[in-house]
Amino acid sequence: MRETQSVVLAGVGGQGILLASEILAKAAMAAGYDVKTNEVHGMAQRGGSVVAQVRFGAEVHSPLVARGTARVLGSLEQVEALRFWEYLAQNGLAVVNAQAVVPVTVSSGSAKYPEDVEARLRRAFSRLVYMNAAEEALKLGDIRAANTVLLGAISKGLDLPIDAWQEAIASSVKAKLVDLNIRAFELGMKFH
Amino acid sequence: MSRGVRAVEWLVLVEYVRSPRPEGIYVRSIPQLATEMRTVKREMMSGNEALARGAYEAGVVLGTGYPGTPSTEILENLVRYKPEVYCEWSPNEKVAFEVAAGASVAGARSIVTMKHVGLNVAADPLMTLSYLGVVGGFVACVADDPGMHSSQNEQDTRRYASFAKVPIFEPSDSQEAKDFMLEAMGISEKFSTPVILRSTTRVSHSRSLVNLGERSLPERMIGLVKDPPRFVPIPVWGRPMRQRLDERLKGLKEASERSKANRIEWRDRSLGIITASIAYQYVRDAWPEASVLKLGFSNPFPDSMVVELTSGVDKVLVVEELDDIIEEHVKSLGIQCQGRSIVPGIGELSVDILLDSRAKYEGMEPVTPSVPEYCQGLPPRPPVLCPGCPHRGIFCALGKHDVVVTGDIGCYSLGAFKPLDRMDTILCMGAGISMAQGFQKAGEPKKVVGIVGDSTFFHSGITGLIDIAYNKGSSTIIVLDNRTTAMTGHQDHPGTGVTLMGEKTRALSIEDIGRACGIEMVFTISPYDLSTVKETLSQCLESGEPSLIVSRAPCPLKERRRVGEIREISHEKCKGCELCLKLACPAIEMDKDKPKINKILCGGCGLCEQICPAGAASAVGKTKGDKADA
Ligand SMILES: Cc1ncc(C[n+]2csc(CCOP(=O)(O)OP(=O)(O)O)c2C)c(N)n1
Ligand code: SF4
Repeated sequence: MRETQSVVLAGVGGQGILLASEILAKAAMAAGYDVKTNEVHGMAQRGGSVVAQVRFGAEVHSPLVARGTARVLGSLEQVEALRFWEYLAQNGLAVVNAQAVVPVTVSSGSAKYPEDVEARLRRAFSRLVYMNAAEEALKLGDIRAANTVLLGAISKGLDLPIDAWQEAIASSVKAKLVDLNIRAFELGMKFH
Repeated sequence: MSRGVRAVEWLVLVEYVRSPRPEGIYVRSIPQLATEMRTVKREMMSGNEALARGAYEAGVVLGTGYPGTPSTEILENLVRYKPEVYCEWSPNEKVAFEVAAGASVAGARSIVTMKHVGLNVAADPLMTLSYLGVVGGFVACVADDPGMHSSQNEQDTRRYASFAKVPIFEPSDSQEAKDFMLEAMGISEKFSTPVILRSTTRVSHSRSLVNLGERSLPERMIGLVKDPPRFVPIPVWGRPMRQRLDERLKGLKEASERSKANRIEWRDRSLGIITASIAYQYVRDAWPEASVLKLGFSNPFPDSMVVELTSGVDKVLVVEELDDIIEEHVKSLGIQCQGRSIVPGIGELSVDILLDSRAKYEGMEPVTPSVPEYCQGLPPRPPVLCPGCPHRGIFCALGKHDVVVTGDIGCYSLGAFKPLDRMDTILCMGAGISMAQGFQKAGEPKKVVGIVGDSTFFHSGITGLIDIAYNKGSSTIIVLDNRTTAMTGHQDHPGTGVTLMGEKTRALSIEDIGRACGIEMVFTISPYDLSTVKETLSQCLESGEPSLIVSRAPCPLKERRRVGEIREISHEKCKGCELCLKLACPAIEMDKDKPKINKILCGGCGLCEQICPAGAASAVGKTKGDKADA
């Protein structure tokens, strides 16, 4: 593969986006690629938007993804997927967790959470996987694995071998959570 | 290439040999390198982790700093190499710089870390350390924040390098961060000069692969080699130092012209681009075919390389983030180039921005896609004070007083936003106290309250407090003591009782310091007890005396605990006045017509219960001390 592949992961502080980006980067590394990632730090943990970018290929230069070039956009929150729509390539895959995390601007009444969010997502993304990652993770008994479910669905849009993903998961989560996360990943892979 | 060495391995070896080595630190033969290469470990590292690794490999034995995004993780990673490396969070950047300078003059290799504005605080020692020079290698790691992701300005640290007449290195990814740290250390010792290593948010916080090396220590013994004419810049010795500084700069210029940190990538000859730092990576994506002079060791300028590139291409373009430093210099050499007229100088660059610049350069219209209507009108998601944050109680109480609030930088800066809206000014760390004195002495008709955090108080608040006491001020100063430096990721400070090395230590008392500064009215309160907060505030404001209120409650995000019991709003009792929404608490959401508390998010602080006029909010019971998920 000569061409660099780009992925954008979005969500809200505390949802596990940074861990998801770490697993993806390690999977690409295990598959033998050059990898660069970037993430927003700082105010993220105070409930702000979080976006992580991962790029891999033979030789990667910019750690930032350019507009309209991401093969996959994965988001753990619906509005955040719309917020970062412009990164996704025209034929790119969007994987969106059907969850609303209400920002303070909405709860305080100064802004509105779009009621037609699903319709908007369907118009924004021609290839959309709209899933409830949190529900899937709950089936396995741990809602925190929602990010790994998301990764499973994302993996369909990328050329990375399954053992690279497994190796990456095993080296990123606590030993006792490895099995659970690998199952969460496999659950996510079932979504198209 | 010996049999059995795979092509990729050979590439790694070539890269390894080519990577900059600090002069005098590494002397290795090729067979040695080849053996090492087989054991080369590659790791994904952030720029900050790589800087720490570089410092470790370069034989650094002391690292100091003061937290500041995006520089903080350099020291947090370096301390993992304890006990081989001693690390400390100093109270501020000036102290941190001077501690590292002392270590270096004693012969130890040392680093100091800070964010760009931290170097303003440490500028005084920087300007004269360059006169004194150093013994053990000394590298100041300074991280800029183009685009102001988490800073109050976007000043360009490269100016300090020419201002202080010291060399500067600018890595563009993690591998370079590590390599340049090693080279910077070598240059520092060879030329007895402090060196600045400048990172940026994108370099510090991006991750990429890094080849690890071994640690190597100098043979030199630690201990002052007494030499007052060298280390005491009173005028009679200072003037010769100034002369020697110029000699040193000549040597450094030759070094930068020979340095592997600067290189020309010859490609198509119609355009030559001069660039540095992270902008290089964007240039390679936006102009893959152009020839490039990539600067990594950029002060003193490698003029001969500039001439080599520019005389080999038809046109020259400078692509740099922030100030026009390279462009000005290239033009000063009498070389025609374009730069700022094509590439923006405000905010950070990106491949997208450079693609627009490229379109402009080639006389075409940049294509900025318009936002489709289904992606418009999204609710903004700004950062907010966490549920249960102790700062909220103080802003809530301040809302009852018609006062001017001079604020400061920390999580509590978020109190400037609506609906809290209880902070009128922010300038820089410490100014929350000193500006209050200025307002009051200028005759501000309203009473003045100054607000700083605990870490900020130790950083640069104490001298302001002394000023108020000494010059007969009458402001009320509130220290929001959440027992940590929260904004930058919860670092310890002189008040927490723990060092960066993880040892227990004396915890300095803010109240005692206040009294020692001459403040007689000193109070300690809990920000969760609103009536006491209001009473104490009234008492202080009415006294006409300078006063200090220490609002003490640990940051619940750091403690990972709820403050108290989860609250609930009774739908029946609630009159729908929405007063509780004024708390800007992420746990309080509108449920159709009335507010409701999100139990997962609730921090259990009980402020809503205290302000609800209808008595609708109350404790649910039992969950005290639970882990908060926030
Ligand atoms: C000179 C300088 N150094 C460092 C910083 C980065 N910084 C911003 S706020 C802050 C400290 C915050 O700690 P504290 O005052 O205790 O407030 P908290 O965030 O805990 O509420 C730091 C280190 C800065 N803005 N300026
Ligand atoms: S991290 Fe701590 S101090 Fe900062 S907003 Fe959250 S609770 Fe408040």
